Amino acid sequence: MQPTELILQLQQKNEKAFQRIYELYSENTFGVIYSILKDEVLAEEVLQDVFIKVWDNAARYSEKKGRFFTWILNIARNAAIDKTRSKVFKNSKQNQTADYFVDILEEKNSFSHKIDAIGIQKYIDVLEPVCKKLIDYLFFKGFTQKETSEALDMPLGTVKTRNRNCINKLREILDV
Amino acid sequence: MDSKNYIDSGILELYVYGALSEKESMEVSQALQQHPEIRAEVEAIERSLTQLSTAAAPYQPDQVYQQIKTKLNFKDQEVAMIPITRKRTNWPAYIGWAASVALLIGLFIQFDKNKELRQEVVQSQIEKNLLEGKIQVAEEDLTKTKTILSVLRNKDVIEVPLQAQQVAPEAYAAVYWDKESQTAYIDVAGLPTPPPGKVYQVWSLKLDPLTPTSLGTLDSFNEEATKVFALNNANESEAFGITLEPEGGSESPTMEQLYTLGVVNS
Repeated sequence: MQPTELILQLQQKNEKAFQRIYELYSENTFGVIYSILKDEVLAEEVLQDVFIKVWDNAARYSEKKGRFFTWILNIARNAAIDKTRSKVFKNSKQNQTADYFVDILEEKNSFSHKIDAIGIQKYIDVLEPVCKKLIDYLFFKGFTQKETSEALDMPLGTVKTRNRNCINKLREILDV
Repeated sequence: MDSKNYIDSGILELYVYGALSEKESMEVSQALQQHPEIRAEVEAIERSLTQLSTAAAPYQPDQVYQQIKTKLNFKDQEVAMIPITRKRTNWPAYIGWAASVALLIGLFIQFDKNKELRQEVVQSQIEKNLLEGKIQVAEEDLTKTKTILSVLRNKDVIEVPLQAQQVAPEAYAAVYWDKESQTAYIDVAGLPTPPPGKVYQVWSLKLDPLTPTSLGTLDSFNEEATKVFALNNANESEAFGITLEPEGGSESPTMEQLYTLGVVNS
């Protein structure tokens, strides 16, 4: 469910609504940012900037264009990718090992109470290599269908259907 | 539109990713407004992706919100998140203190009132005692007066008027002698108040030869309202006299200070 009423209040600059929106969307947004930067301090900085943009630009969001989830996701990915171009990021990422979100999840030993941690770990275990790449590019890095197709040397239509299979598997395990 | 084929095409996942063009996205938005099954599918995809990305977060970024609030200059900085518990703990404490203070004030007021009431009770008690005393005095007076009256009415009582002498020409007294009870009632209402250090002394007299016998001094002349004194008289009196004597009385009457004298008619 999309919190339509909360979004409306947010657009009217209601501070309480903003706090509630933060509670709902901050942790997964933090996850997306972190999967790109792999640095807690930088990720926190970007998370701050993202939610300040959410507050400032809330009026620009329209249900007609897409999901509120997607709107914040776009802001977050763009802000995080901007950060990867900064000097601070380049200096700190000499010995970068984790390339995919999956690497982060595999290294993690504690998960938020908000999620089905066992389900997520089970999913990572059974995840096909192509799914790792598809989800990483399309969801975590924000590639377009065309960019993904080119990066993976995969036909456009195949990107769409293969990705659906990958997500279906996730939903199956999480029972969503 | 065939919803099932539409869903199976995989376009909805790309829609949630934000991987579609603006035009394609608007078409999907419109489709999910019209088809509840498409909307349900989109929401399910969104939930699974929320879990996946939340799992990638190193920790819950709650403290970042405080920094955002500060940057945005939110007015209600104290209201949000942590301070809620602070407020919750404070209110009962404030109410508790207020109640204690109120109770204390109440106790003081009660204590004060209690003191006042006690004083009133004490005063009432004093007034009551005074009134009781007055009643007692009145009753005693009444009894005396009744006794005097009964004496006066008794036909067996001998009435002896005592006439004024040279010392005090205006003086007057009377003796009512009840021989049977050997009591002489001396009415001295007509005598002047004795000067300080002096008392009236009553004498029973035998005339031949003249022998005075003291019946007693009227020590409480000023205090006795009726001015009637009962004195014991076992003598065969032939006359009664009253003299003014020094305090404590004298052995024999001072004749120069004889105020009244009367002879018994037999």
